[in-house]
Amino acid sequence: MLTGTLITGLGLGSMYGLVALGFHITYAVSGTVNFAQGSAVTLGAVLGYTLGVTLGWPMPVAIPGALLGCALLGLTVERLLVRPFVEKGSDAWLLATVAGGIVLDNAMLFTFGKEPRSLPSSLAVSPVEILGTGIYPLQLLIPVVGLTVAVAIQTLFRRTDLGRVLLAVAQNADAARLMGIDVRRTVACAFALSALLAGAAGLLIAPLFSVSAEMGALFGIKAFAVAILGGIGSATGVVLAGLLYGLVEAGVTATLGSTYTQLVVFSVIILALALRPDGLLGRAAINKV
Amino acid sequence: MRSRPMSPLTRRLALGACLLLGLPLAGAARAEDPIRIGLVTALSGQSAKSGEAISRGIGLAIDEINAGGGVLGRPLELVARDDEANPSKGVLAARELIQRVGVVALVGGLDTPVSMALVPIANQMKVPFLGPWAAGTGITRNGASDNYAFRVSAVDALVDEALVAYAVKTHGAKKPGMILVNNAWGESNQQGLTAALKAANLPAAGIEKYEAADLDMVPQLTRLREAGADTLFLVGNVGPSAQVVKSLDRMGWSVPVVSHWGPAGGRFDELAGPSAAKVHFIQTFTFAGNTSPKALAVLDALKKKYPAIKSMADVTPAVGIANAYDATHLLALAIKAAGSTKGPEVRDGFYKIAAYPGLIKTYDKPFAPGQHDALGPQDYVFTRFQNGEIVAVTN
Repeated sequence: MLTGTLITGLGLGSMYGLVALGFHITYAVSGTVNFAQGSAVTLGAVLGYTLGVTLGWPMPVAIPGALLGCALLGLTVERLLVRPFVEKGSDAWLLATVAGGIVLDNAMLFTFGKEPRSLPSSLAVSPVEILGTGIYPLQLLIPVVGLTVAVAIQTLFRRTDLGRVLLAVAQNADAARLMGIDVRRTVACAFALSALLAGAAGLLIAPLFSVSAEMGALFGIKAFAVAILGGIGSATGVVLAGLLYGLVEAGVTATLGSTYTQLVVFSVIILALALRPDGLLGRAAINKV
Repeated sequence: MRSRPMSPLTRRLALGACLLLGLPLAGAARAEDPIRIGLVTALSGQSAKSGEAISRGIGLAIDEINAGGGVLGRPLELVARDDEANPSKGVLAARELIQRVGVVALVGGLDTPVSMALVPIANQMKVPFLGPWAAGTGITRNGASDNYAFRVSAVDALVDEALVAYAVKTHGAKKPGMILVNNAWGESNQQGLTAALKAANLPAAGIEKYEAADLDMVPQLTRLREAGADTLFLVGNVGPSAQVVKSLDRMGWSVPVVSHWGPAGGRFDELAGPSAAKVHFIQTFTFAGNTSPKALAVLDALKKKYPAIKSMADVTPAVGIANAYDATHLLALAIKAAGSTKGPEVRDGFYKIAAYPGLIKTYDKPFAPGQHDALGPQDYVFTRFQNGEIVAVTN
């Protein structure tokens, strides 16, 4: 029972982490987030199903295709729902991205259909037995992908020129612009990457569960909670919070039953934020005057 | 606060609003006006296919009735609203249908929580409520002194007795466990199954609940396995029911599953994979293997009216179609017997229905005061999925 709980917790937790990393990236670069992240999760799975099953593309082509679609969504969100408001100094991007997500969810409901469908994966056919619990290879792959992406992003920010550019934009957009950095393009890239990560999460979990036009909504909310809990400015904090969230969620379900899951998990989040208002690894914003 | 008389402007605005909303200010319906029937069911989301089946059953029955001259010389017309399986959306839709559209009766959908929210409104507004799917015991047995809720579908309390009897007879169950959705429907069956097990003198290995949005039921199922469950009773809609089967697969636990009819509500075999066939679930009707002339005629008519229906796999869930089809005909008979479209008279009209040769069976005085369910255990059949079709289990 413990192994199963751990695997479920780590698997879902790293997916929350992956989506939450998307919140982190755009926040770090531009101080804005895309509240349509949950819809990007859905879009990844829905495109994966449409390309791979409905149109019958081979999966090695369908998966990059779906991810590309998600990246385009990120670009569109930034261009239409975030940039126009930010440039006017308005915070309306908050509502605009929420609304964008609802529009996309309903568009998918119309085009993809109302019924949940099943996305087959060769990695989720026959379970392997580990410590007395049957586990699909995909369930082991999910945390590996989640953690690898987190480390890669951390490295990107800290060790590469692109990362330094991103951080420069985050610290002072005007100064970065004076240094010849294309701020607009940088922010757009961050939104594309953010939606791509959410789409990857959708693709990874779809074979374990099912693909439906409403699968991402709850995911997006939980991931935002995870991002805040981890300290939205810290990639490590966000991923750590995702894993913690997944483990607590699975642990509560296994021990107390799922009636208590949301009750306990969100109470823990409130408690954690009361103790560490800036998140697990977040730093308080310093207002220089 | 001081009350002021309405200003002329306010009064004009109020009048305009009434006109816009179509509130009946005065006057009765003209003879050629259609008699409207309201449908509140899930037309989107996981159970959309069931909502579609209900709509098709009603649609076909209405066509037949209108072809025969309608009821009281007026045609029937269906006005459908999507409740998205959400009780508060269902309540809004029901109020709109009763107050604005002026429906003569409400037909409910497949979600017990929604129906449980609609029944008090129906009773209060004296508009008959007719359930073609949701099986919650309390929907018809609601304790109201003036009961307007009728049903042409299974009843949890009776289904649960049938599930226990089937588990004992087919699988030799000695210590069954329950895995139930955590809502009013699960609650209704928890009571029913507990009572049925007690009557059969069997212990329960455990009672586990899951949320409809849960993705992984391994923790709950592991607790049942450790408690020594030899058969599982499953209650849930198609999506989570498929997750239960997938979780069982992952655990490598091959245990007989005797289920309420949730799996019938969608592509259960696609969602749950090959193990879907292991789940035996209860139905009130199946087209597959049904050779009654009425069933064949209705199937033909369905294919004509809905060209999307190509094979037997497209007439699932057949219960939705059959229950709704018979319910609509019974409603028409009730209106005819009442000679009126007024709620209380239509309600009493249900009691006056004598015999009706329906799709599921020939109904003989199906309703009486205190007996608002037209179907009983003798009408239940056990089925499973096979190549996308729901087929009767013969053993």
